[in-house]
Amino acid sequence: MSAMTARSPVRLFLQRLFRRKLVLVAVIILLVIVLLAILAPWISPYSPTGMRVSQRLRPPSLTNWFGTDEFGRDVLTRIIYGGRASLGIGVAVVMCTMLAGTVLGLIAGYFRALDAVIMRLVDAMMSLPDILLAIFLVAVLGASAGNVVLALSIVYTPRVTRVVRSSTLVVRELPFVEAARALGVSTWRIMTMHILLNVASPILVQATFIFAYAVLAEAGLSFLGAGVPPDIPTWGTMIAAGQQYADRAVWLVLFPGLAIVFAALSLQLLGDGLRDMLDPKLRKAL
Amino acid sequence: MFAALARRLAGMLIVMFIVATMVFFLTRLAPGDPAALMLGEQASLADVAELRKTYGLDQPVIVQYALWLKELLRGNLGQSIFLQRPVIVAIAERAEPTFFLALLSILVATAIGVPAGIASAVWRGRASDQAVSGGAMLAASIPSFWLGLIFIQFFAVRLGWFPVAGYGPPGASFAERLYHLMLPASVLGIVNSALITRFTRASMLDVLNEDYVRTARAKGLSEARVILRHGLGNALVPIITVVGLTAALLVGGAIVTETVFGLPGIGNLVVSAVLRRDYPVIQGALIVIAGIYVLINFSIDVMYTLVDPRVKY
Amino acid sequence: MMETSVQERPLLDIRGLEVTFRTEGGDVVPVRGVDLRVEAGKTTALVGESGSGKSVTSLAIMGLLPRPYGRVSKGVAEFRRRSGAVVDLASAGQGVVRALRGNEIAMIFQEPMTSLNPVMTVGEQIAEQVRLHMALAPQAAMRHAVEMLSLVEIPDAARRAGDYPHQMSGGMRQRVMIALAMSCNPRLLIADEPTTALDVTIQAQILDLIERLRKEHSMGVLFITHNLAVVAEIADTVTVMYAGEVVEKANVRDIFHNSRHPYTAALVDCLPERARRDSNGRRIVAAIPGSVTSAAEATGCRFAPRCQRAVEACEAGSPELLVAGTGHEVRCFRWSEA
Repeated sequence: MSAMTARSPVRLFLQRLFRRKLVLVAVIILLVIVLLAILAPWISPYSPTGMRVSQRLRPPSLTNWFGTDEFGRDVLTRIIYGGRASLGIGVAVVMCTMLAGTVLGLIAGYFRALDAVIMRLVDAMMSLPDILLAIFLVAVLGASAGNVVLALSIVYTPRVTRVVRSSTLVVRELPFVEAARALGVSTWRIMTMHILLNVASPILVQATFIFAYAVLAEAGLSFLGAGVPPDIPTWGTMIAAGQQYADRAVWLVLFPGLAIVFAALSLQLLGDGLRDMLDPKLRKAL
Repeated sequence: MFAALARRLAGMLIVMFIVATMVFFLTRLAPGDPAALMLGEQASLADVAELRKTYGLDQPVIVQYALWLKELLRGNLGQSIFLQRPVIVAIAERAEPTFFLALLSILVATAIGVPAGIASAVWRGRASDQAVSGGAMLAASIPSFWLGLIFIQFFAVRLGWFPVAGYGPPGASFAERLYHLMLPASVLGIVNSALITRFTRASMLDVLNEDYVRTARAKGLSEARVILRHGLGNALVPIITVVGLTAALLVGGAIVTETVFGLPGIGNLVVSAVLRRDYPVIQGALIVIAGIYVLINFSIDVMYTLVDPRVKY
Repeated sequence: MMETSVQERPLLDIRGLEVTFRTEGGDVVPVRGVDLRVEAGKTTALVGESGSGKSVTSLAIMGLLPRPYGRVSKGVAEFRRRSGAVVDLASAGQGVVRALRGNEIAMIFQEPMTSLNPVMTVGEQIAEQVRLHMALAPQAAMRHAVEMLSLVEIPDAARRAGDYPHQMSGGMRQRVMIALAMSCNPRLLIADEPTTALDVTIQAQILDLIERLRKEHSMGVLFITHNLAVVAEIADTVTVMYAGEVVEKANVRDIFHNSRHPYTAALVDCLPERARRDSNGRRIVAAIPGSVTSAAEATGCRFAPRCQRAVEACEAGSPELLVAGTGHEVRCFRWSEA
């Protein structure tokens, strides 16, 4: 009996999440991409940096599934390694935005005086297109993988802040918070706990979407030369480097781009599935 | 009504003020001396000091900030380091391709998103609905620069239907310039159609469940008229909002697309300014683009009053 | 002579109507075996608790069942048109029924607050229907709309025609709905709980208005309600539904004084006027114990689980509608004992 109850919430969660087959497909694709990135050194067919001048710009074949680049490096191998950087940056951005957004949102929702200041800042930041603000920040900070993470975290934090703040505003009016205050319990502690429980699901949804946006934005920044330095293989830098050979070797552009599309699509499908499942208001619209 | 619009206007100004402040101070974080950057590596220390003085860079930061704000209020965005002309002039020179690119793209995005969203809502739960939702998600997952490169390879290089890049030779006719925008506008429109599709679907779903839609059917109106006049008529406010929002987002997307297609627009200006560390241009472009965003939002609010008689300011 | 022909052929004659809804958990039949008649110039009340299938029945008549999930799976709904031709609404194509909607058959709904389009003026909303069915030019249609608004006693109709629904009260909006329904001079008006959402004083005015229009236009009215007090005021004949079935049909006097179905009898007993007084002189309003059985799970008589007169036979098989007198039918094995 106890084993049943311990297992069923997770099973129930997954059952409901996978009721839409597309979400299941998305999760499988995502798992494959992540596993490939993690296991890159063990499963890649070639070395990501091994140049073979004799094998330059070879089209996709049985030996090089996705072809080779201008230095004769295997494109598939570089995509697998590129996933490490691209997804790694995405994960880092997600973690930073979750942390910063939650703290700022709690503060904004809890302290009326700071609310106006923080929300004006959020408004101002959201009045600039993602990619433009990111380019500007990277330009100021200097182009490096770390600074790309920092810039994108700054860009996407306002989204999380908004979600957490609105939830905080709702929770602070709940009767039991009043009751806790009357009993002399530290409201701050109670509220924080309760709000965190409350915002867990919208934040989870936000996290998957921000992950997808971050992967797309990193690629865009790297492509423009305002992101990760070209010597580190990411999906974005690979497209940027392949661009000038696009008319002769379209696979240099095509395959890294498809990797981005698959990653972003499966993340967004997952986020969409989570939102439908966790938000009862939206579920009826299905 | 005017009081509320005035309040919105004041809110806009505050946002713009914060953007300006943010942009100014963040730029100061950048490594390197702008004056040294301007004169290049061979410049003597005396020359650098001289230039610092002309630009007021020897003053305390807070004084520079005040000066900068004052100039900003007069419409002066400063002087480009590399282009040897005022930033506002540099931006104005590049505005045309960006403006028409954004306009065409928003037309493409709306032409895709609104009908797809309506169809998806009307045939909710069926195969066409799922196809539309999947398609919208896919469109939102495609990096616009990558789609641009692929489109160039296919439609321009292989098929030769469109020019590969650029905005036509100098003195090209308006039609020729628009022709150069077709491919980039398609790319930007497709990538940005997703939000419009999803919003249209959601708001049409809400509206089609309303009692007045049942009333419209009870009047004996054709299904097309029920959906378009009574359904879409009531879904217009959220759809206008999302089209406006998309228009604002497009400005950002345009930066990358312009680079791919070699269009001499504001995006191209910004990217080259970033690569050359031409900070006044970056600052100016950020402020102009934020201003456009805020203005679009304000126009959306004004448009509500025209579309929905219940909205009274 | 007019009278006799009316007697011979009712305006609306529904026989054996069954509606099926396709759901994720299989088919659901919210309405089955519904027999219902509306005579020209007369009011038939369709009475039942919420969930008894009365609204679904009205939507089926209008061809407004939610597509693609709901459909009429059995039965006929014969409607006699102005031309005298008879059309079966249950089997006629969408186009045929649509041409009748808003034209020869009109409907008013329970919720006046949400039943009008908020972004069109009320005049436009009426004129739209008039243009469609009466082929009037826009200006003539708008003049007609204004006339309709005066017909339903909206003061200063010409000016109010330019109002949006949100500028009007609930009672006003229901008048607009009635004006809309009346605008093409329908032969049949279906009124689905038209007064339920309104204040009591407004309720009486709206009922009077519907009564007046029925008489002046010799229009048949199908009045759907759960409120027997309203039924007593306006109905000529009454059809009582329970759990998707018609359980009793009779003229209004028989329903109140000679009801044969235990459910009808119980409903009548629930009326506040019928309340007994307890020893302290307080009035006790009767209630029917239990709740409506879901249409899907019933095998025998659907009312049996709540019926005080139920015997074994009632659980075993479902009774047909039996004739209990002139124009009086009842679905109960034991009707004669009542």
